[in-house]
Amino acid sequence: MDTSRRDFLKIGGLCALGLSSVEVAEAFAKSQASKYLTNPKAGAAKRWAMAIDVKKCWKAEKKECKDCILACDWAHNVPDIPVKRQEVKWLWNEKYENAFPDQESELEPVEVKEKPFLVLCNQCAHAPCVRVCPTQATFKNDQGITMMDMHRCIGCRYCMAACPYGARSFNWRDPRPYITKINPDYPTRDRGVVEKCDFCVERLAVGKIPACVEACKSKALIFGDLDDPNSDLRKALASRYSIRRKPELGTMPGVYYLM
Amino acid sequence: MKIYDGKYILIGLLVFGVLVTFPLWFDHGKAVAPADPSIKTPVIEAMMAKHCILPKDRMITEHMKLLNVWRTQVVRYGKTVYVAPGGEKYDMSLETECFRCHSNKAEFCDRCHNYAGLDKATDPYCFSCHVVPGEKNPGAGKVAMVHKESK
Ligand code: SF4
Ligand code: SF4
Repeated sequence: MDTSRRDFLKIGGLCALGLSSVEVAEAFAKSQASKYLTNPKAGAAKRWAMAIDVKKCWKAEKKECKDCILACDWAHNVPDIPVKRQEVKWLWNEKYENAFPDQESELEPVEVKEKPFLVLCNQCAHAPCVRVCPTQATFKNDQGITMMDMHRCIGCRYCMAACPYGARSFNWRDPRPYITKINPDYPTRDRGVVEKCDFCVERLAVGKIPACVEACKSKALIFGDLDDPNSDLRKALASRYSIRRKPELGTMPGVYYLM
Repeated sequence: MKIYDGKYILIGLLVFGVLVTFPLWFDHGKAVAPADPSIKTPVIEAMMAKHCILPKDRMITEHMKLLNVWRTQVVRYGKTVYVAPGGEKYDMSLETECFRCHSNKAEFCDRCHNYAGLDKATDPYCFSCHVVPGEKNPGAGKVAMVHKESK
């Protein structure tokens, strides 16, 4: 069959039209397909961070206050495992010498030496745990939170080795039997995954503040956007001297201690 | 025609044939009770027009894919609201959305999963973390034992 140049171009043109119509159809199908939205009430921030007013906390601590820790444990089904080296912790108390080992002068006021410091994941801007995770089960979300994707975690515990704050816990056993009362709205974990504080990302997503911040009657926990100079958090940091844990490591922790 | 070692070859072929067709005739003729998942829950009963997130036949074949996409959207992208093709909005959560209607795991989820031959203790393992409505803490009694163990 002879094909004139004219016919060839015509057929070519038709073919091109046919191909592009596939794309048009696909784009149409996409516009018809389901969509995923954020909750309109969700809190927005460039970088969520926290300041802990140590003085206020100590005042309440006299009365053995543990409201924040209890609220967190309940909200996230954190098990209470009696074997010390298998403990699972999101938010807990630590002594100064353990929380700030490089800052110690040994001549601090007795109060500083003896009183507890609340510790949790620092949601580091340069999080070493995220860099080492081979499966990207731990990753930074767009609001500065170091996230855990339990479905992806293979339990290699590289992240635990990398975290300089001991903020991560491994589930050595099925945690269910060690949860006295299960919160039905939040999953538990399975044996073999790592977990830690994630600033209550599930609460932020529906416009609530973290459970610990809400639970603290002394208003010792200040939560907000570190990138917003008008946030309560930034105002608190501008008005009081604060320290962070092991800042010399360059992890840029997002948890501040107002002294 | 003569087949060398014909006896062995024919016996071998016969054995091969029986083995290969084993799955076809093994269960043949046995009646298997239908899975019969139940949607009799208070919330579904109260619905004027009963409908799920997607049409029923799609939910049957695609719910696991849907859940996987939900997981990705919620955990990795912080999206929590699903807009179904019909425009209705759903909270992308097993606990607060799926179980809100399907509060009867044993008569709903399990019946089909067991029918399909999924051993519910291992696969699907969604429920080893996601809390089933009305679930009592299965092993709360074990705690006392371990307390002793560690002392
Ligand atoms: S405190 Fe530890 S777990 Fe949290 S972001 Fe920093 S390195 Fe990762
Ligand atoms: S234990 Fe899990 S989160 Fe940690 S590094 Fe391994 S896969 Fe990543």
